Amino acid sequence: MTFLLTLDNVSKRFRGLVAVDAVSFEVPEGSLFAVIGPNGAGKTTLFNMIAGALAPDAGSIVFAGAPIHGLPPDAVCRRGVGRTFQIVRPFAALSVEDNVIVGALLRRNDIDAARERAQALLRRLELYDKRNQAASTLTLPDRKRLEVARALATEPRLLLLDEVMAGLRPTETDRMVAILRTLNRESGLTILLIEHVMRAVMALASRVVVLDHGTMIASGAPADVVRDPAVVQSYLGAEVL
Amino acid sequence: MADKFVAKFARLVARLTGGLTLRSAGLLVALFAALLAAPYLVNDYLLTVLIIILYFAYTGQAWNIMMGFAGQLSLGHAIYVGLGGYLAASLFVRFDIGPWFGVLAAIPVAVVCGAIIGFLAFRFSVAGVYFAILTIAFAEFARIGFDHLDVVNASAGLFLPVGQYVHNDLWRLRGNPAMFYYVILAATVLIFILCRLLLKSRIGYFWLAIREDEQAARATGIDTFRYKMYAVMISAAATSFAGVFYAFFYNNLFPEQVFSIFRSIEIILGPIIGGVGTLFGPILGAFVLTGLAETLNSTLIALGVDLPGAKQVFYGVCLLFVIVALPEGVWPPLARRLGLAGDSR
Repeated sequence: MTFLLTLDNVSKRFRGLVAVDAVSFEVPEGSLFAVIGPNGAGKTTLFNMIAGALAPDAGSIVFAGAPIHGLPPDAVCRRGVGRTFQIVRPFAALSVEDNVIVGALLRRNDIDAARERAQALLRRLELYDKRNQAASTLTLPDRKRLEVARALATEPRLLLLDEVMAGLRPTETDRMVAILRTLNRESGLTILLIEHVMRAVMALASRVVVLDHGTMIASGAPADVVRDPAVVQSYLGAEVL
Repeated sequence: MADKFVAKFARLVARLTGGLTLRSAGLLVALFAALLAAPYLVNDYLLTVLIIILYFAYTGQAWNIMMGFAGQLSLGHAIYVGLGGYLAASLFVRFDIGPWFGVLAAIPVAVVCGAIIGFLAFRFSVAGVYFAILTIAFAEFARIGFDHLDVVNASAGLFLPVGQYVHNDLWRLRGNPAMFYYVILAATVLIFILCRLLLKSRIGYFWLAIREDEQAARATGIDTFRYKMYAVMISAAATSFAGVFYAFFYNNLFPEQVFSIFRSIEIILGPIIGGVGTLFGPILGAFVLTGLAETLNSTLIALGVDLPGAKQVFYGVCLLFVIVALPEGVWPPLARRLGLAGDSR
């Protein structure tokens, strides 16, 4: 099995607080991989290190055979890692279509070609009918899908999704799950999810890593991981046991 | 070879006119025709007012590249005007080198100056208000520096020889107001076209993304440092031409005036009132602001009232009104009313 992304002993501390402590795992090419954990577990810190928003203090992050730790976020994106933000950040004043065109222009110079690519993606993400609206007028579920479309437009090999289900209603979550699963199946896109919503993780991920207080406490298939006593304790509290 | 060039030109024209409705194209043509005919219709005083209006439309457009497109607030654009003006005027006065060569010298100097300011700010993450303050600081350095620079007569000012011109000398920019009018009109049309092309190309999309959310732009793979540098350098280059024009139109340059912060503010009032980030905003803003200010001025003169500073107060009132009532500027709501909403960009 080839690994698209390999984390080896990645650590990050903020002054006294060790946010991520020697985390290592491998993401196989073409997989749907999830990182879960309670609030403050270090998920977003880990995510930001992969995306280049933060540089790790120690350890290495290797993407497609080359180290990417310490690279700035735009360089990481150009290497083939697309990301979304936990708190969505669309280009508010631009139209939905223009948001995605910006992403598509990363790999091409021609506006018309970029527009074609953007429209194809907007159809997939079920936003085509809203393509001429300003991004600021979209509802939260639409904005989340717009972020996915914009990230996909940069033609990533790895898509990083930071709590893309957070704040969505169950029906919206199912819609997003269906879209992501189709993407993964049809184009072989590797997806790394950072997720809180268990419903989505159970439905989507083929492999799960659980973080708590910055350390990896479990990993494996979702069905096994949720039965792991350490996971149950950290996630749901000891009293459940 | 020729075919290739023709094809390229056709693509450029298609990009320029793409998305333009018949209605807005018609309005643009009508406006351009009216502006072309203006020197035959108005007296010299009104023509001078029109020159000033177009001067502000041009500089506003140039400033808009930085602020309106790339979201980088410069409050020191007078530095590029001053550098361009001083350079071209010095070459003319000392070496009898014409203003068009002066432009060729002014542009690289302004670009380097913009690049220095941009590099310092963007490399060391000086952003927002702090970036604006940095631009003011550089304009002030220039003002104080030129005030003590003897090669350009320091604070005594640099004067261009003025005489009665029987015929216009376009090459040396010596002539009557009509000639200056057509020069600044051509420049305004060119920068309008340039801005539209920029906005409709990759660089324009990347600028807008940076303006909207720099972090998201970086996450989308945009090298934000590079594209912000482009914005500053293109804006500086365009503004320096305005400086050359300024020097040859007014025939005098004083550091205290040219590099003054009020000059920088004057440049940005038009686009703010017209609509930051729009293509037509700087033009409309210049017409509204300078037009009304001159009306006020001549009314006061006709009434025999001497009120120094009335113009500044008037600018302040205009700005206040626009910020409170029309935060997008005058153009976007007007464009919607005229049914040109799609073209407001």
